[in-house]
Formats: sequence, C-alpha cells, structure tokens
Amino acid sequence: MSTFYDEVQALKARYPDWLSATMPALRLAQEKHGYLSPDALRECANALGTTPAFCESVATFYDMLHLQPVGRHMVEVCTNLPCALAGAQRVVEAFEEQLGLRAGETTGDGEITFRTVECLGGCGRATVVAVDERYHEFVTPEKVPEIVGAVRGNA
Amino acid sequence: MGTPELILAHTDERDLAQLDEYRAIGGYRSLARARELEPAALIQAITDATLRGRGGAGFPMGRKASLIDQKNPRKYVVVNADESEPGAFKDREIMGRNPHLLIEGCLITARAIEAHAVFIYIRGEYLTEYEILDRAVEDARAADLFGDVDVVVHRGAGAYICGEESALLESLEGKRGQPRPRPPFPPVTGLYAKPTQINNVQTIATVPKILELGVEEFAKIGVPSSPGTAVFSLSGNVARPGNYELPLGTPLRSLIYDVGGGIPDGRAIKGIIPGGSSVPILTPDQLDTPLDYDSIQAAGSFFGSAAVIVVDDRCCMVQLALRAAKFYMHESCGKCTPCREGTRWLVQLLTRIEEGDAVDADLELLESVCSRMLGRSLCALGDFAVYPVSSYLRKFRGEFQQHVDEGACPYGAESSIAGIEAPIDAHMHHPTVEVPG
Repeated sequence: MSTFYDEVQALKARYPDWLSATMPALRLAQEKHGYLSPDALRECANALGTTPAFCESVATFYDMLHLQPVGRHMVEVCTNLPCALAGAQRVVEAFEEQLGLRAGETTGDGEITFRTVECLGGCGRATVVAVDERYHEFVTPEKVPEIVGAVRGNA
Repeated sequence: MGTPELILAHTDERDLAQLDEYRAIGGYRSLARARELEPAALIQAITDATLRGRGGAGFPMGRKASLIDQKNPRKYVVVNADESEPGAFKDREIMGRNPHLLIEGCLITARAIEAHAVFIYIRGEYLTEYEILDRAVEDARAADLFGDVDVVVHRGAGAYICGEESALLESLEGKRGQPRPRPPFPPVTGLYAKPTQINNVQTIATVPKILELGVEEFAKIGVPSSPGTAVFSLSGNVARPGNYELPLGTPLRSLIYDVGGGIPDGRAIKGIIPGGSSVPILTPDQLDTPLDYDSIQAAGSFFGSAAVIVVDDRCCMVQLALRAAKFYMHESCGKCTPCREGTRWLVQLLTRIEEGDAVDADLELLESVCSRMLGRSLCALGDFAVYPVSSYLRKFRGEFQQHVDEGACPYGAESSIAGIEAPIDAHMHHPTVEVPG
C-alpha cells in the first residue's frame, strides 16, 4: 500500500509544475485526517516540499476544504436563486428539525455536519442536496427523513 | 421540436460515455479529419464558424487562438469546466452524458494550437461527472486516441471565482484562485506563464461538430452573428425545467412556454434572468427577445451562460436581490477593493431595505454604490454583483420604495423565497461547533 507521501509524489508528476498538486494533495490529506488539522497541513506541506503556511493559505480559499473539524458525513443544501425559488428554505428547515441543529452546525455525536451551500449546478432539478458529494435532486421537505435515515444508516 | 441537436444529440438513446457507443455515432471522426489538416486551417475553420464562447463572455474562440504565439514550444489547452454560475447546469450534463465529445474537442483544439497538454478544470462539487469524465479520458488514452497529447482532469475545491479564467489558471497552478491583472491575457501569458487557449466546456465540445458539419452547414444553424446551438439551462418557476439544446436566436417566449411548459399554478411571470444570476433581469414585455448574444445585449442584458431563471409574481425582488448579493459577497476573492467592500455594502443596504429600516436616501446610496463598483474591479465578479441589484432596483423601483415607505417588506412571509438562508449567514452567525471525540 502506498503511503500519503508516495501518493503526493505521483500527483506532482502529473503536472509540469509540482505546485499544481497542492489542491489534490490537500484533498487527499483531508480524506486521511477528516479535516485539515495542523498535523494534516504539516504532512501535506512535507510531501509537497513547501510550508504548512502556504498549504493553509490555499486551503482557506476553498469551500470544500475544511480547516475546522466536521462531521463524518456532510449534508449540504443549495439555497441559491433557482433552488430558493423552488422552496429550498423549507428543505433547510426540515433538515434542521430532523437533525436538531442549525445550518453550519454538527450533530452532537459528530456524525453529520449540515450546511447551506451556494449553487451546486442542479438548478433544473431543484432543490439540490449533496450528501458526501453525491447529489439528491428534486428534494422536498417530505424526502428529508429518508435522506437523513440513509446517512445515519451508513454511519 | 425538430431542432438540430449537436452537443446532446443521441444522448437520450445511447450511453455515449461508453467509447464504443460514441464511436458508433461517428465519434472521433472529426479528430481524424483534424489530424489531416494543418493547424492553421483548423483555427481558420473555428474563426469562420464564428464560434463564440458559451461560458459567459461570448468571446470568439478563433480570435483567442489567433493570439497564441505558435512558435512557442510550450502551449496549453485549458477547459473551463468550473461551471458555478447560479442557474447554469449545462456543462455538468455535457460532461456526464457526452464526455468523449468534450475530449475530442480538446484533442482537436490541441492540434489547432499545437499544444501537447490539456487540462480540464472541473468544479470540485461535480464528483459524479468527474468520475465519468476521468474514465472516458482513460478509455480514450487506452484506445491510442491521444497521440502526442496528454489530458489531465483537475478537480477544483469549491470557489465560484475559479470560473473566471485568470482565477482558474491561478487555481490550476495550485494557488488561491484570485484573478490576475490583465493584460496580458491567457493566449499570451496563461498557465505557467505560457500561451494558453482557455474555453468553456460547451465551446470546446462544439469544435468537433464544426468539422463534422463543415463551416457552411454549421453557419446555417442559429443566427448569422451567433451560429450554432446552445444548451439552455431553464430553471426557477417553470413547469418543465431542464437543459434544452436550441439554435441561437430562439425566442425567449418559445423556451419558456413551448419547451418549458409555461409558469405553473396559474402564476404570472415577474422577471426573467436570461444568462445566470449575474446578468440584468428582463421583464415580461421582453419575452420576444431572441436568445442570442447581440439580441439579449440590445435588450439590456447578457447571454451569459445561457442559464434562464424564471421568477414568478410571488417573489419579493428585494429578497431576491439580497440573496444574489449575499452570494457575490461570499464569492468575492477579496483581492480588489471595489468588489471586496462593495459587495458588503450591497448586502448591508439591501438588508436594511428588506427589514424596513431604510430611508429614501438609502435607495440613492444603493444606486451610488452600484455605479462606483461597475467597471472598477479587477475581474467581472464586481460587475456581476452589481447587475442583479441595479437591474432589480431599476425595473422594480416601486417595490423597493414600498419597503421604505411602509417600513416593512410588503411580501413578508408570503414571498416565495421568504427567509432564505445563505452560506454567508452561517459564517456570520453560527460559531463553529467543536466535534466531540
């Protein structure tokens, strides 16, 4: 089995300049550590041959890279204009009620982080919900318990 | 409809993500033809076909290619697959259902500018489409279709601004996705400071079709100033939302009523955003506007990314402007002052208006902030933040004034988007909760 260090070397080899491997390497580190903890950033920087500060400066720019702990599962509801017009706020509220939290928070057992996100590119099939990066489309409040149940079932 | 589908042709009856299926409909024949032609002839064909960028700016692809220094031994093709304009979901469909067409377009474009490396920058959220596209790339590579060209699919990580081409190049170089000052433009100084042809997914995917049909036949589709088709992403308050490939110049009314089935629940149209959330809104009296670059511009808006969002009469326009403004504030990269500061002013002023705390002078201040932002930012995001706000204010001034006069939102909870939250709200109001264990 290849180590994180080896995998990052393979990523670097894909590009004319190793720097381009920064984002895929950060993603890999996040998958390994759950979020980009100081340790994850150090390990990533070491494998890339740069500094943790550089890695952190890149990571803070992107919504899918997490500098704070998040739940094992990520549930995201798009609330941008097309989803808003289709009733996304009622979907948000159904998740908040079902999970007992507010958008931006994580369940007490550390299983699920729930948040609103900007446009996911499923506007014709609104409301769009992403569960661990897999899309559920045409989501209505009625479908929320089933989605939460499936996430919990995977826990 | 009897419309000539180019990009999405056969996607209903075949799984074109499979290489053999794509080949069965004549796939990769345009590439073979391209390899028999001189690079200059390919650029000429793209130029003669008047292929304009389908990503937002509408810049002619051939003109970009003609700016590339052909003598430079290192050149790159970059595909902008960072589709993130609210309302747009066409590139996702093209990549998910016809990935080889995009790959074929990449290889022909590489031949045209004599590049040996292609990078497809796909937005991070499109995991399923990334998997489909990456597999198609591996299949095409295994079938020896690449020749001396390599194709790398690179995933973004969530940033609207990376759809802006210079920000995309920064991001692809492994940095924060902040736009570059221009000039120089990417065809001169692009990826790794080398000449770079950067185009949207649909633009590149149209290239094989130009070779397949021939320039003359291609030019017969659409209107003379904008030949070809566009995949229109129809969303919002419409009976049949979805992606529809139609010739450029199709009337807006036809897209919404004939194709989209009209407005549900017997409601009336209040406004139509024709090119994604960043463009000025049109009103129902403009429904006969043909959907092509020049006609939409003449109507006071932009073709943008062909993302048509329909808004019915239940929606409060101040709430809609505020939600759009929150998006652009969230996505502003913070590099230049008019955009970084201006987007915050827009959100604060619109919040004050929506909550009934504004005075008359606030509407003038809102106009003033808009005019001070417009055309003053390093990239188009600053303008994009302004267009929804300034156009809703101009076209629905009475509704904004009503908020001020009544000291409350006239729609309140009755608005179709009442209470809509935005990610920026969570940033501002909810502290991060520590995960136990």
